[in-house]
Amino acid sequence: MESFTPLTAALGGALIGLAAAVLWLGNGRIAGISGIFGQLLPPAQTVVWRLVFLVALVAGAWATAWLFPALGVGGVEPAALVSPPATWGVPPPVWVIIAGLLIGFGTKIGNGCTSGHGVCGLARLSLRSLVAVIVFFGVAIITVAVTGIV
Amino acid sequence: MANLRLPYLATSALSGLLFGAGLYVSQMVDPLKVLRFLDFTAIPSGGWDPSLAFVIVPAILVMFIAVRIGRRRPAPLFDREFHEPEYKRIDARLVGGAALFGVGWGMSGICPGPAIALIAFPPDGLWIFLLALIAGSYAGSLIVPSGHSKRLADAK
Repeated sequence: MESFTPLTAALGGALIGLAAAVLWLGNGRIAGISGIFGQLLPPAQTVVWRLVFLVALVAGAWATAWLFPALGVGGVEPAALVSPPATWGVPPPVWVIIAGLLIGFGTKIGNGCTSGHGVCGLARLSLRSLVAVIVFFGVAIITVAVTGIV
Repeated sequence: MANLRLPYLATSALSGLLFGAGLYVSQMVDPLKVLRFLDFTAIPSGGWDPSLAFVIVPAILVMFIAVRIGRRRPAPLFDREFHEPEYKRIDARLVGGAALFGVGWGMSGICPGPAIALIAFPPDGLWIFLLALIAGSYAGSLIVPSGHSKRLADAK
């Protein structure tokens, strides 16, 4: 298990929790990325804070990578997207598009992703979020097992 | 227009910065790292990477404390009310949506937060992934509306 990194994982997790805490106690908003992102389009007035949050999210990742490369994945070198399983014969762009469509559609109709249901929902002791988390973790684990993508 | 004032937007920016930093430090921005956590088939051989369990637990704990603090206050610092989620029911849309998301997450190792954070150092293929994410989310918005009042009406 040479890749096991519990300390940086816990530090990163605490930062994510702190981010969610700041947004909740400051603005009364749930730090769910699919929600912040997925409601960008129609309602005009909330677009501003959503965009500010998302731009800051990119800036935060970039600045941390630049300042503390040793803490994460190795600085601003991109971590590659994964290739589809070789035996399936699916071209990489098709694989990526299917995954993106499923994630966009699924988080929209399920009203949340790893951050909204996983971090904020569980912290709020929401039964709805607990169900969502069990389902998406379970299905993701099955998907990885079935595709043998790792 | 509470949500156009400077303290409100500064809070959004601070939260985004912390979130992006956390995604980088925890290595959630590395799709393979995420998939190695989701790969339970590697448990018998000792090749499983349990790191991501160490991400979500402290994240939930910190937020849990914030939720407790919030319950003792009538409102957040910079808005009139806490925006509780409109949807409360456990229904087919919740379970089906979570399942579809799970398939996409297992295929790619990317959930929405890292998808956005990766714009900081975009790998090949990220832009088509993000376009597909937007298209999928838009398709979903034909079923689940945006905006508080529409969502409240829909949740009934």
